[in-house]
Amino acid sequence: MSSDHEIGTARVKRGMAEMLKGGVIMDVVTAEQAKIAEDAGAVAVMALERVPADIRAEGGVSRMSDPDMIDGIVKAVSIPVMAKCRIGHFVEAQVLQALGVDYIDESEVLTPADYTHHVDKWQFTVPFVCGATNLGEALRRLAEGAARIRSKGEAGTGDVSNAVTHMRAIRGEINRLRTLSPDELYVAAKELQAPYELVREVAERGSLPVVLFTAGGIATPADAAMMMQLGADGVFVGSGIFKSGDPAKRARAIVEATTMHDDPGVVAKVSRGLGEAMVGITVDSLPVSHRLAERGW
Amino acid sequence: MSAPRIGVLALQGDVREHVATLTAAGASASRVRRPAELDAVDALVVPGGESTTMGKLLVTFDLLEPLQKRVRDGMPVFGSCAGMILLADRVLDGTSDQVGIGGLDVTVRRNAFGRQVESFEEDLAFDGIDDGPVHAVFIRAPWVEEIGEDVVPLARISDGAAAGKIVAVRHGPLLATSFHPELTGDARIHQLFVQMVRGAI
Repeated sequence: MSSDHEIGTARVKRGMAEMLKGGVIMDVVTAEQAKIAEDAGAVAVMALERVPADIRAEGGVSRMSDPDMIDGIVKAVSIPVMAKCRIGHFVEAQVLQALGVDYIDESEVLTPADYTHHVDKWQFTVPFVCGATNLGEALRRLAEGAARIRSKGEAGTGDVSNAVTHMRAIRGEINRLRTLSPDELYVAAKELQAPYELVREVAERGSLPVVLFTAGGIATPADAAMMMQLGADGVFVGSGIFKSGDPAKRARAIVEATTMHDDPGVVAKVSRGLGEAMVGITVDSLPVSHRLAERGW
Repeated sequence: MSAPRIGVLALQGDVREHVATLTAAGASASRVRRPAELDAVDALVVPGGESTTMGKLLVTFDLLEPLQKRVRDGMPVFGSCAGMILLADRVLDGTSDQVGIGGLDVTVRRNAFGRQVESFEEDLAFDGIDDGPVHAVFIRAPWVEEIGEDVVPLARISDGAAAGKIVAVRHGPLLATSFHPELTGDARIHQLFVQMVRGAI
């Protein structure tokens, strides 16, 4: 190896996320679904045992997927494979890294393993994405070494309203930081409960220093296009594809609507004849204790 | 002399970084997602991203044939990473339905350096750039396994398991790198491409 050959750097981790921009990452539970996602134009797949809608329906403790199942998906497709670990479960993260997954999602969709600490993500070669409902939460995850942020939304509902709320909250707080004078940023950091250096960096750039995806409740091409117009760099679709009537066609339609998100003619065209969307549940009707976005701090 | 008009294929991938680096290199950069937008540029960059996704979207949005025609007619194109794969005439470890633009007489191997945990950065000597090495960022990168007789290798991995592998090439008006010069803030490779475009128009 050349003496300056470096793996696992922040640039390599954040750069991987840059390559996924403008793309759709799809939740899959079998190798067959992974293949359908790849054929539809997904930029990556998320390998998990149950999609969020089923986790919600079946309840119980939800954990990292079986390594055999992840291996099967890694072998089935040539696009990047992601997998989820529980919040704070650094050994699940170590296992996922050892399995060779390309990106770990430290996810509130699984049952948290630690109600105080998240994983120290700087200790890993594999990059992490973490969920956030607001800017302070996003910056705390970056301080722990996350290389990408996704707005949380409310997974497994098919209700896009929380995805919208969280994306608008993050973007709105970034815009507010831009209007502050340098001496006001110290108090802003205190209020955001985030490191001052990161707050100052965001205020200067006018954006996060990493890619910002959206997730949680996206079920239609129009949902995906709206989230892109609201400033998302890319889209996670969980239950929305494989809980719908025609997954292959819907997957393709969401990919096309994400690319042409600002062209209503294309979004209209791809929205035709998709069959049944997933049966949704409104976030309002969920008891607070069943709301996944409340997990993480 | 007016700035050459260089498009960045904007179906998916790190489009913003290429637009910024092209602008820094003196080009007038624009995004290309439609045939009319392709008609309006002198040259094109195919960015990093997922080659299988971009290939499918090229077909869906009726860009593949017009783009192939422009390449046959001699339009300069620069591809980084996925862009190199899309320009290559022959792809190993692609999907069964992998779509390519073609024109670059090379065989590339997709994800040749391994999965993301093996992604890396290192310094490389680059032919045609004399003022110091290029800092190269490789992300699930391809390498070039074979080159046709008109293809000039511009950079190789210097040592380690992949020593000698070609990671940058030029074939007439086509330039391709396995790595991502758009991620480092160093515009020298984009400047080289802008010079190629100025020479061609």
